[in-house]
Amino acid sequence: MSTLPKPRGPLSEALLAALASGHTDLAHVDPDSPEDAALSLWVLHELSYRGYDAVDDRLEHDPGLVRLRGRLEDDLERRLRECWPGRPAYDEGFAEAFFAWVAADDGPSLARHVQREATADQVVELVQHRSLYTLKEADPFTFALPRLPAPVRAALAELQYDEYGGGRPERLHAHLFAEGMAALGLDATGCGYVDEAPLEVLEQNNAMSLFGLNRRLRGASMGHLAAFEAVSSLPSRQVAQGLDRLGLPAEIRAYYEEHVEADAVHEQVAVRMICEPLIAAEPDLEDDVWFGAWCCLDLEARLARHLLAKWEAA
Amino acid sequence: MSTSPSPDVIVCPGGPLLLRGEHVIADEDGVEHVTERPVSALCRCGKSASRPWCDGTHKVLPEKDRP
Repeated sequence: MSTLPKPRGPLSEALLAALASGHTDLAHVDPDSPEDAALSLWVLHELSYRGYDAVDDRLEHDPGLVRLRGRLEDDLERRLRECWPGRPAYDEGFAEAFFAWVAADDGPSLARHVQREATADQVVELVQHRSLYTLKEADPFTFALPRLPAPVRAALAELQYDEYGGGRPERLHAHLFAEGMAALGLDATGCGYVDEAPLEVLEQNNAMSLFGLNRRLRGASMGHLAAFEAVSSLPSRQVAQGLDRLGLPAEIRAYYEEHVEADAVHEQVAVRMICEPLIAAEPDLEDDVWFGAWCCLDLEARLARHLLAKWEAA
Repeated sequence: MSTSPSPDVIVCPGGPLLLRGEHVIADEDGVEHVTERPVSALCRCGKSASRPWCDGTHKVLPEKDRP
């Protein structure tokens, strides 16, 4: 169960009141900032993950809240699609084109910063921001599982089985991260750090939930997954080296070391055994596969620019 | 859908060898490593720092040095 965050404007304030009272007609309330809109959508999505102690679980499908969720999701999707440059042209196979496209990405890297320069305080801040997703690591993509054709479903289930610890709860990736957080003295129960999350973190999470929770966006969900895995393995080693440089606890290093090898597998599975056969079975989804992948890299680049500029200025 | 069983050993062009299921790998020095995942990736470029497992290093090699 999560704790409700603090409001960031009129819409999130009205939404928190609606969750408490059950009076959910919010059609006439508008956000007054991107943060207000993004936090409201994050709060609504969380009803589909862990819920809140003080909120009736039935509100997940309350018509007024579903209508608001749709309004906020449409706005997020429209803004992402407006920035998307479109899918790249390629002659070779999809997998080769996808890996080449990811390799050509020259966005700023938080992993490189952690490896070489970050202070311990910056790493702790980054872990707090990452926790919004990582404490429910892999979950947004699980929502897409029953909506995929059989060979793709089998491959995604195999990938998720590894994410969820291969039957061993102590190896579940979200649990490894929670252990790392606890070793750093951070609160790993529920979602303790949403109040600290900048817009970029909220939108990263909202995009993953948008793609996972809406069947029509299953292509974007799988593209996002593939891009996420394809930029994880080597950067995870950089982060592990940075944590070692700073003498931070072995538990948090273990989470990143696990991802060096795990994601070297997952990127191949996600690209070759999930996205490629998905596109073969449902060619109309190819645009969305690339769109989802682009969203993953773009939203991460936005977060990296935000944090690096903030730390540079400090 | 094909009725033949799907492969358990998959060669990724320019990348690792994927192994589905449980295996014991003997490396160049005869040291045995047990797979711990539903699917494991074995290094084919020889440059992984986690050998015998792949760690993605093939991606930063010049194309001519990739397997």
